[in-house]
Amino acid sequence: MAMIEAIGLGKRFGTLQAVAGVSFAVDRGEVVGFLGPNGAGKSTTMKMIAGFLPPTTGTARVGGHDVRRDPIAVKARLGYLPEGAPAYGDMRVGAFLDFVAALRGLDGKDRSRRIGEVVEQMQLGHVLDQRIETLSKGYKRRVGIAQALVHDPEALILDEPTDGLDPNQKHEVRELIRSMAARKAIIVSTHILEEVEAVCTRAIIIARGRVLADETPAALLARASRRPTVAITVRADAHEQALALLGAIPGVEQVEVAGRVNGVANLRVVPAEGPANGNEILGAVGAALVRDGVALEDLHVERPRLDEVFRQITAG
Amino acid sequence: MRNTLIVFRREFAAYFSTPLAAVFLVIFLALAAGLAFHLGRFFTRGEADLEPFFVFHPWLFLILIPALGMRLWAEERRSGTIELLMTLPVRTGEVVVGKFLAGWAFAAVALALTLPMWLTVNYLGDPDNGVIAASYIGSWLMAGALLALAAAVSALTKNQVIAFVVGAACGFLLLMSGLDLVLGAFRPWAPPAVVDFVASLSFLTHFGQITKGVLEARSLLYFGSLIALSLFANAIFVELKKAR
Repeated sequence: MAMIEAIGLGKRFGTLQAVAGVSFAVDRGEVVGFLGPNGAGKSTTMKMIAGFLPPTTGTARVGGHDVRRDPIAVKARLGYLPEGAPAYGDMRVGAFLDFVAALRGLDGKDRSRRIGEVVEQMQLGHVLDQRIETLSKGYKRRVGIAQALVHDPEALILDEPTDGLDPNQKHEVRELIRSMAARKAIIVSTHILEEVEAVCTRAIIIARGRVLADETPAALLARASRRPTVAITVRADAHEQALALLGAIPGVEQVEVAGRVNGVANLRVVPAEGPANGNEILGAVGAALVRDGVALEDLHVERPRLDEVFRQITAG
Repeated sequence: MRNTLIVFRREFAAYFSTPLAAVFLVIFLALAAGLAFHLGRFFTRGEADLEPFFVFHPWLFLILIPALGMRLWAEERRSGTIELLMTLPVRTGEVVVGKFLAGWAFAAVALALTLPMWLTVNYLGDPDNGVIAASYIGSWLMAGALLALAAAVSALTKNQVIAFVVGAACGFLLLMSGLDLVLGAFRPWAPPAVVDFVASLSFLTHFGQITKGVLEARSLLYFGSLIALSLFANAIFVELKKAR
């Protein structure tokens, strides 16, 4: 049985069908990236699993407990970072974590040990006595994550955990998620697609309240409608010569000039239709250019990126 | 019970973490004493009791108690912390009661700070201390009823100002329901039994009885059920309103 299950989850606000029958399962050891345009129903789905919003249809289970029948058991097993990482601004960081840990049922030594651990993990040691409202956005987010981890939950749902963090902090949070992944079932919503490739074992794309894709990042990439191409940079004065050479290579469908700036020309070689992944013609392209002495600045295979696939799936 | 206590502690501390506590206590004490001495002629009427002090409590509380209750839920909803709180393994009822008790305890602190008045009348004369004790209890119960009402209203809005104004207006209606202002709206059409019922809802009637030394079970039951009913409504409002 999966740790986190959504079973036909649906939510209607008046006439707006925010979520329309979303089903998926997340096992221990998985980090699932939850993707979708703004207003796609990501946060609403998470709120329903976390027991904040009652679903209109379907249900969710965490650790086998049904959120409709036993919300307290679900909440006890789940660590949840709500969108925007809300926290009591007038409380000090230490007191806030203590409050959450107490309501999580942690007592005495256990409580101080666990608070110590998450403070260490999220590097909050030097702001413990600061009021939360005086903290920077990055620190507030880290307080929110610390709060979600304080009871060392088996299941974790983080709504945009890296929003507002600087690149170093983002990196640290991703490392943290990776380090916890083996022992927990984790759902992370994000707008940053590189994050999905960096930490997620699986990606779920949701738009207009429905699941449009649920597969590994690699499988998602394979859905790209654009074929991988070979990108070449040559000196600008050599670009005519290169164009002629490249056009004559078998298996090349088309050569595009992507741009000419700073004395160099960027060319893109599109391979002919087929199972080609760009690597097949890479050798032929390189050999042809070197043989005729074209001044080559750069040569690499350009694969479609996840955000192209994301656009392709969600805009369709 | 345990969760209620944890919520209580946080909420009670929250009053003191902003200037609200100091502002509230200073204004309450200044007005309570000022009204008793000037309007109530505490000294010059030559009687050793606290009636001129307690008689202004309904009016003071009408303005001040909604100020204690308005932030309890509106602030949670405005800042989004309600989502954090209600996804912790707590029952809505536990949170509702914990928050209410924090405000009520704060009201108790405010009342306790007026105890020098009680000492003063004992120094000046020979008052009926039973009546004064009953009046303090009655005053605290009345504060509790207004607070529970304000807390329930606070659960309906993100805006503390709206919570305050509507909370005070609801309190005003209950306060005045024994007077012609409110009863006049019922007399032309309602049967006498209904008019009597509305009149029996009046804070002023019940509180007036208590300050005369008549601490009846009926009045205790009245304030007690008003608190219970408001807290029940409060829990329902929280459940209904968190959906959006």
